Amino acid sequence: MRVGLAYDVVRFEEKSLIQAANNLGHTVKPIHVVDREFWLNEPNGYDTDFIVQRCVSLSRALATTTIFERMNCVVVNSLDVLRNSADKLITSCLLAKNNIPTPVTAVAFKKETALSIARKMGYPVVVKPVSGSWGRMIARAFDEQSLADILELRENMPNPQMKVHYLQEHVDKPERDIRAFYVWGDVPVAIYRVSKNWKTNTALGGRAHPCAVTDELRDLVVKTGDALGGGVLGVDILESPEKGLLVNEVNGVVEFRNTVLVTGYDLASKIIADTAKAIRR
Amino acid sequence: MGVVSIACPVCGGGVEVPDDSLPGELFECGECGARLEFFADDKGAKSLRVAEEVAEDWGQ
Repeated sequence: MRVGLAYDVVRFEEKSLIQAANNLGHTVKPIHVVDREFWLNEPNGYDTDFIVQRCVSLSRALATTTIFERMNCVVVNSLDVLRNSADKLITSCLLAKNNIPTPVTAVAFKKETALSIARKMGYPVVVKPVSGSWGRMIARAFDEQSLADILELRENMPNPQMKVHYLQEHVDKPERDIRAFYVWGDVPVAIYRVSKNWKTNTALGGRAHPCAVTDELRDLVVKTGDALGGGVLGVDILESPEKGLLVNEVNGVVEFRNTVLVTGYDLASKIIADTAKAIRR
Repeated sequence: MGVVSIACPVCGGGVEVPDDSLPGELFECGECGARLEFFADDKGAKSLRVAEEVAEDWGQ
């Protein structure tokens, strides 16, 4: 098959996917989106069977996926799946609608309402931007005064998105969370992200360790991936001492370097092979 | 696999770049430490430019 790979920065993941597609006998067309002109009224110049979306910039990923789909290209992940995973509010709504366990979540548009939510939710609470990654701009408030300070800071930021206050109960997890991979309905591999920091993102120093994919974990990840629209996803899961496994976030352009390093699992080949199979169906 | 030496746009030092590098691939100048991005122009001429800073919408 002819496989496009849309990217802006080349990381381990992009090189692995290109290598895997070559090894599987596909013809790979790398598409470095940064230096390209995209003329929206011109006919399709991307002669591919599918394009793997790998832009590290969410804005570029959303824009180029929109353009490729307008050109009738199949993109993995699709625009719908990308949006469903990139916006935490959309993700939370889809998870709630499908009765998938998550931390208790609420949204408010002004400080007073957010404080009222937190009093009902109970401290500590976690405040997140509705879009963002690598643990950026996520804050934890232990009491009303610290939450009021955080909200005031947010409300004085020029980005209007920072005035959407997305609040979650704080889950007292065991110094780790789980990153499990959903690939077209399968859950081939998972890792723990271990950290003394309450934010366990590997971008913030969380260390990866192999995690067994139990039946319980697989069921939860499959339900989550299906609820968001399928494709290839990273599902972040918290282990609550009281409530069990809770889905925290979902990633639509997933990084997997640390997973491959600690598990030895060839995730790039799995992604390319299963995507080709899904496209042929 | 061969390697080509390309001038660092910051200090002018030579940066060794594998000849199968992709546009957007990152390198670090061994002399000045600048973070650089490989690219090729329309005529295929290879060069390096200062890499983009990590932006607020990066990552997943």
